[in-house]
Order: sequence, then structure tokens, then C-alpha cells
Amino acid sequence: MREFQYSRASSVSDAVASGATFIAGGTNLLDLMKHEIMSPGRVVDISRLDLDRIEAEGEGLRIGALVRNSDLAADLRVRRDYPVLSRALLAGASGQLRNMATTGGNLLQRTRCPYFYDTATPCNKRDPGTGCSAIGGVSRMNAVLGVSDACIAAHPSDMAVAMMVLDAVVEVEGPAGTRRIPIGAFYRLPGDTPHIETVLEPGDLITAVLLPAPKPGEHRYRKVRDRASYAFALVSVAAVVRMDGDVIGDAALAFGGLAPMPWRVPAAEAALRGQQPSAALFDRAADLALEGAKPQEGNAFKLPLTRRTLAVTLAEACGLEDMQ
Amino acid sequence: MTRHRKIDHPDDDNRLDSMAQGVLGKPVDRLEGPLKVSGLATYAAEARPSGMVHGVLVRATITKGRVTAIDRQAALALPGVLAVITDPRMVRYSAQGMADKGPKAGPQTVDYHGQPIALVVAEGFEQARHAANALHIAYEEEPAPVDPDAVTPEMPQAKQKAQGDLDAAMRDAAFGIDSTYTTPTLMAAAMEPHAAIAEWDGDNVTVRAALQMLASDRKQLADALGIELERVRLLAPYVGGGFGSKLGIAPEAVAAAIAAKELGVPVSVALTRMQEFDITHRRSESRQRVLLAAGADGVLTGIGHEVLVSNLPDSPFSEPVTQATPFTYQAAHRRIVHRIARVHRSCAGSVRAPGEAIGVTVFEAAMDELAEAVGIDPVELRLRNIPDREPGTGRPYSVNRLGDCLREGAHRFGWSQRRAPRERREGEWFIGMGVAAAVRVNMLIESRARVTLTEDGAKVETDMTDIGTGTYTILRQIAAEMLGLPVDAVEVHLGDTDFPPAAGSGGSFGAASSGTSVYLACEDLRTRIAERMGCAEAELRLQDGRASFRNDTRELRDLLAGEVLVAEGHVEPGDAEKQARQATWGAHFAEVAVSRYTGEVRVRRMLGVFACGRILNEKTARSQCLGGMTFGIGMALTEAVEHDPRSGHIVNRDLAAYHLPSHADVPAQDVIFLPDRDGFAGPMQAKGIGELGICGAGGAVLNAIYNARGVRVRDLPATPDKVMP
Repeated sequence: MREFQYSRASSVSDAVASGATFIAGGTNLLDLMKHEIMSPGRVVDISRLDLDRIEAEGEGLRIGALVRNSDLAADLRVRRDYPVLSRALLAGASGQLRNMATTGGNLLQRTRCPYFYDTATPCNKRDPGTGCSAIGGVSRMNAVLGVSDACIAAHPSDMAVAMMVLDAVVEVEGPAGTRRIPIGAFYRLPGDTPHIETVLEPGDLITAVLLPAPKPGEHRYRKVRDRASYAFALVSVAAVVRMDGDVIGDAALAFGGLAPMPWRVPAAEAALRGQQPSAALFDRAADLALEGAKPQEGNAFKLPLTRRTLAVTLAEACGLEDMQ
Repeated sequence: MTRHRKIDHPDDDNRLDSMAQGVLGKPVDRLEGPLKVSGLATYAAEARPSGMVHGVLVRATITKGRVTAIDRQAALALPGVLAVITDPRMVRYSAQGMADKGPKAGPQTVDYHGQPIALVVAEGFEQARHAANALHIAYEEEPAPVDPDAVTPEMPQAKQKAQGDLDAAMRDAAFGIDSTYTTPTLMAAAMEPHAAIAEWDGDNVTVRAALQMLASDRKQLADALGIELERVRLLAPYVGGGFGSKLGIAPEAVAAAIAAKELGVPVSVALTRMQEFDITHRRSESRQRVLLAAGADGVLTGIGHEVLVSNLPDSPFSEPVTQATPFTYQAAHRRIVHRIARVHRSCAGSVRAPGEAIGVTVFEAAMDELAEAVGIDPVELRLRNIPDREPGTGRPYSVNRLGDCLREGAHRFGWSQRRAPRERREGEWFIGMGVAAAVRVNMLIESRARVTLTEDGAKVETDMTDIGTGTYTILRQIAAEMLGLPVDAVEVHLGDTDFPPAAGSGGSFGAASSGTSVYLACEDLRTRIAERMGCAEAELRLQDGRASFRNDTRELRDLLAGEVLVAEGHVEPGDAEKQARQATWGAHFAEVAVSRYTGEVRVRRMLGVFACGRILNEKTARSQCLGGMTFGIGMALTEAVEHDPRSGHIVNRDLAAYHLPSHADVPAQDVIFLPDRDGFAGPMQAKGIGELGICGAGGAVLNAIYNARGVRVRDLPATPDKVMP
């Protein structure tokens, strides 16, 4: 670890004015600093700011950026009105990590691509311009959608996948004031600049995540992983499906483990609307969701696995009894 | 006084069964448990000698070649940095267990990516780590093979075995299986990372380290440092798991000792988790072809086990995959082929039951294939093929309880409820059951211990280690049983080379070997007490601090009359191990659920039935087996090191990416010990336990997956992508 300056922010404006790297739960940043994958010269601790409440706002919820993952998952309003979010949170990390990790920090956690963590290997995300070791290397946990020749890292968050399906809005306090950024516009694909992962600018501080009015219907989060707990998703599917008689009235889908950001495909959702649920329909939705996929040899299994995970998730959400 | 015994003959006296105290075998709580859960037990890295500084090993970032320059000036200019050490005595990897000499020195020659090449020492750990990261190193690189399948392997003559004509047996067989399985590189991944704190006093060095076998570790360290054995003292009172990775000394111990001498202050070198993956021994990946020829009744006529493993070019170790194959099942025609690919991955060594862990697991999966082909029950197939005597040599078995374990396990597990593949379903989940035999060789290793008896109780001293296995507790129970004392009246001191040298912890031989040395010391003390009682040792009854012979009962305190009795026990293996095939036996049963959609596997319950001689402590023995069975789940479902295809280096270098089973992966597990005594193992009739639990456990899980879903996974581990049809 390199030496760094540490201070504690006394207010949001104080934090924003610092232009420093923020630390809250520290579940990811601390590891990254120890391994010198990130070496901020100045770290400002925001963990004592007054951003740890979950409050009603309009028809929705306002979740303070410092609300712990464990508290958010356990919140009665979340469990009742946004169960997909609670389930996604509980599918992530371990109990110890969820007790520390915060809502804002979770959105910003860095990829778990093993080459990003290994400072002896080239990595465009860690050291821009050095190359991508995952291409042609071990790629099991890497992305198949939204990738570029410069980077195939996957976004590791479960929570963010649920936030995506719920159309959450990220509230940001920056040097120029407050912005509200829909989560779909919050992340950036790697392109030639994989080290830039979001639209945040220096000094920007996430202060809250806003959930719009609850989406009616069945909320599902299905995560497939290499062990039953404390493993990142090979594939995850967040689905909110409202049936309208025997046809699908509305459907929202988001995918984890597949892309550099939580992945949403409006065309796949549109294909479901107004249709009778069936294995063939779910397969069609998977075709659309996976359009443009660029798998590596080591993660090509994610395509059939996504297809199957989506099918079983939708079958459950639609109340389809036996799907062959 | 030393009581020495070489185990030349089976000892069927079963003296321990007639002892009066009644504490041996009981589920006594761990002696050191409260210290561990309250943080008072100091592990290797936790000592803080005055003036201590921190060293961090620097790793090579090439696969093979030579270090041509190290820019030490830039590192020395960084805050807190005291030295950049590149002493040619520093070692490239760990010593193999029980080696007399230090491992290969000369870190400037690089054998694998991740190899230590220098030590940076600084006042603070993070300062040292930063300087190690910042160190600029120039190399001269050479091309090197890293893929075991891409090189022509060695076939050492001594490791090949053949009997009869297996090819003919395969041609003539009513049923034949010819299947190839692969297992990945696995890591010990002990909870406590390797660490060493070295401190010199003149020409004598004391090293607190995370080690399993102090007596041979001491020789290795003395050899590596080029000093006399007597000048080295090792301390390892508490070790947070070893699983083979701490059998021999590792680079941090040598580096810490060299740096401490050079700087004149105590130096701590603690590996990070990532360094554990880079530097410590791995279990070699394997490719295993199993050939089985059988008649229409499933009786085997031919057995072939052909394996490919890998290691560095000069390493003497190669994973003994087929170790149990020659004596588990009978067949007239047999062939063992052992190939070693010389590649520049990190050094391979002993990890969690080397050999049988992966060998029995794969062989037992192939046996399941045969049962399916023949159309008989997998338990029955195994029962039909248990030999009367060791095939090939014709030696008797000391005991062979495989059949008993299979029958008892089948009964207790409800094996009769097992259905044909894909027949049992609960919603999304297919349910299946699997069985596998558990087999592991049994070993006794020379061991010494000193027992001191005073009015207040007894004290056991030996350089034996307790690596989380329960050694403190079982040695206490043995001494208490033999001397007729409550367990609280026995102190146990371990992990210090100032004490008599013991077998150490490894190969499941620790408890029986070290325990027998304590037994012998106590036997000597009993003889001396018997003299005072005017009787023969065999006639003496010791219980609750009192000695009795016929109607004469006296307080031990009065018999000692202030005197202190000291005895040393010394056991050595002898001819007994040549006269009979000694092994430990068991049977694993697993029930799994397999998602019909995603291929996810959840183990729902497991049963292990084991026969491994006298059980010294029901609780710690059971814990050992639970751990082994859990590793079996890991081997079957989750654990795999991934090597970079270009450099060979380990890519998934932390416990978030190397998937040991988590709590959610581990179901209800049950362990049954069959009452068992094996006189060939020595006067205690006790045998190894620690490794038996893993041998074959993963096979039961794989076989259950097949029974559930009809999918045969031959490329371990069975992750969802491989099970998903």
C-alpha cells in the first residue's frame, strides 16, 4: 500500500469540495489499495455523513448512499414493494461484507477480473494502454456482452442488477450541484477507455439511490454461481413480470455477470409483452438479450446458461408449471 | 529413562482397553479451544519481539530465466525501507515433507512465475509491501513449457507396474470401462497464511513459524542457512491448518532468518493470501485413465490406472495418484502407468491426502460407470471385488473393513431408496444418491515424547504440532488414561524443537505416531510405579491419582513422595508394516439435488463410515472427517486453480476466486466410526484419520450427480456449465 492522506468529511459539501477518493464501507477499496491496484493520494471517509436513511419519497423510496447492504435487504418496505432488490442483495457477498458494504459503494465496486487484481499482468482498466490479459487468458468470470477489444471485465454487483430492473435513479452531488442520473445512463461501456466506468466526474459523491413507485408483479432474482454462497455471478437474472390474465402484461429484465454493467435489453422485454408465456417465447427473449454477444472460449457457456436461467426465472414469474 | 519400541510385530494386547481412567476415546473438548476463540493463542505472525521489522517477498514476473538486475537504490530511497536482500541461500519454493535438506536455493534463477526472488525489509509491513511492488527488476527470459499436455512426459521405471495382460482382459471382458478423467490444480488454502519471525541470539536463531513437522523442518532450515542443527530452534505452538502446505520449510522462513541476521533485529515475513497461491505447494492437476474389465457378474478381471501429473523439472515429488489402486480391488490383470510432465508451473507437493484424494475419487467414479454398465448396485459391485489378500504381493491385510463400511453405510443412509438415474424429482431438482469407497494407506513415523510425573500431575513435552487437528487434546487423553489422572492434571507442551523430536503432523500419521511415543513414556512410568507397589506393570491399576494392586490402594502422591519421574517414549516403524498391508477404510454416501435447468448441484446430505483403528477422541476425530468430507465437496463441485495458458501462473489467487465450499455448500454430514483395532499399527491400535475423510468423498458426490441427472462429469470440478445438459 502507498502512503495516503486520510480525513473524515464533516458534510456532503465538505466531501465534494475535497475532490478526493471516498471511502465508506471499504470492502472493495481497501483491498484494491493494499494491492496497489488503486493508489489514491487522498482518501476522505464519508461513513459518518448523514446519508444512512431509507425514506419514502413520492410513490417511491429514497435510499441514502450509506445504507448498508444488510439493512437495505432487511427493510420491510424493500422486502414488500421491491423484493427483487432484497433478493439480489442477499445473493451477494457474505454476511460480514453486507454488514459493511454501502448502497453507493456497491454501485461503484470494481470488476473481479483476476487480471485486474494481478499487478504483474497487463490490464487496460488498471493501467490504461497496457493491454488486456483476459483476452486469450482465463475468462470464466468475464463478460460476453458490451465488451471491447480493450476489456472484457464484468461488473460484479448483484444489487445494481436489481436497481437496473427497477429503473433506479442515482442522486449525485457534485461541484456543479445535484444531478439525478437514471441508472441506465450511469455506467459507461469500456470501449477504448475501460478505466472510466461511470459518468461520475472528480468530486462527485453519490448521496442516494431513488426508487420509483413499486413495479407490480412477480419479482425474481436468480443467480447461478460456482458455489452456493460468496461467489460472483456466472449469470444472474432480475425479472419483474406482471401477468395480465394469461398473457404477460409487462416485463422488465436485467442481467448480471454478462457485461461491464448491469445489462438491460428493452427489445427482449418488448418481445414478452402481450404474449402467452412459453418455452419458445422465453427462448426468443434470450435470443434478443444475447444479441451481439462476443464470448471467449472460457466463458462461452454463459450463453446457454443465460438462456436456461432466464427461462426458469420467467417460468416461475409467470407461474408456468412445467417447462420442458 | 527411555522406553523404545520398534513395531516389528503386531501388538494385540490392547492394553488401553483395560485401563481404568476411561478418558481415551471420549469426546473431550480441545485443550486449546478457549485460547483460540479468545485470540490468546499466538500464531506465527502474531509475536511482537522488540525491534521487529517486516519483510515482504518479491515475486518473479517471468516464467523461466534469470534476474539480471535489481534496482535496489530506488527501493532503499522509499520511506522506512531498510534492505533489499537477494542472498543466494534464499529458496525458490518449499521443501517437500520430511526432506533432510533445504529446498532449492538461488532465487535469481527463476523456475516459475511468482517465485520469490528477493526480500524487501522495512520498518512497517505496508512500507515493505509498497517497496516490493515498486522494485524494478530486469530479467533474461527463456521459453518454458507450462501445459502438461504439451510436453513429452517422463515415465520413471520404478513407478510403472504391470501384472498379467490387461489389454487381453479388456478384449475378453463382458463389460469394460475405459474412461479418462481430469482433476485441476488444487491448493491447501489453510486459514493461517505462512509466516515466520526470526530472531538471532549470537549464532543461534529462533524462528516462530507456521510448520507441520518441526524435526525435519529444523534440518531443512539449518541446511538452507548453512549452520549447525543445534543453532536452530523452531517454535510452532499453534498452527492454523496445514493440509500439507507447511510440511517443509517455505521461502519466508529462510528469508526471515537471513534478513534478521543481516539487520540484527527480529524480522517477520508473512505471506499474503495471494502469495500463498503464488509460492506454496500446489496439488498437481491430473489426467487419469481408468480401465476396468469385468465379467457378467461384475467381478473384475482387469484394472488399469494410467495417470499424468506435473511438477517442476527437478522436483522429486509427483502426486502418487494410484497409491491405493493396487490394493483396493482384486483383478488378475493389472497395470499402473505414472507419467510426469515437467512444466514451469509452481512447485507441486503434498496437499490434503496426496494420491488417494484425487486417485480414489476418480477410480470410484469409474467404478460407478462399471456398475451402471453391468447393471448391478454400486455397493454390491464393490463388495464383489474386495480381495482376501493384497493383490500382487499376497500379503494379508492388517484388517480390511471396506465391506463392513459399505454395508453399514448403505443401511444407515437408506441406500435401498436409491432409484435409477433421473427417476427422482422434486420440482426443478433431480435427486440422486452416490457411493464411493474411502481408502488411505496407514503410516507410522519415528517419534519421541517426554512425560514428567510429579505430585501435581503429568506434563507431556514433544516437538509435535497441533495444526488444528486436536493433538494437544489426544496426547493429554493418552497420558491421563495411562497414568490414571483426570485430563485436567495433564499439561501438554508442543511445537518447540527444544523438546524431543516427533513425527510431526502429516500423512495422517501424527496422532498414532506421536501418541505411541507418549504411550511408551507412560508405560515406563507405570513400570516404575508398579515397582513401588510391588507388582508387575500389567497388574497395576491407575485411576484418579491412585495406584491399586489387588487390595492395596495408595495415593500416587504418597508413592512419589516428592520425587519427579521423567520418561521418554520412542517409537519407530519396524517389520510389522512389511508383514501386512495396512490401510484405513471407509465408505462415503452422498445425496445431491441437481437443477434441471442450470446444472447447479446442492449436496443435501452426506454420510461417512470409517474404520481407522482405535478412536482417541470422538469429537476431534469426527471433526477431522467432517473437514475431509467438506474438501470432497470442494473437489467435486467448486475447487479449481486456473493457470494462465501463457505464463502458467495461478490466476485465481484469492479465496473469493478459489472456491472452497462455503457453509451454504455443506449439508448435514454424519460420521460413523466402526469399532476397530489394528495391532499392526502398534500398541495403541490407532491409525490415521485426517486424510481418510477426503479420499473418495468427491466420488460419492459425482456418482450422485449421475444418479440424479444422468450426467457423467469427468472433468472436475462439476460446475454448473458442465452439469447443465
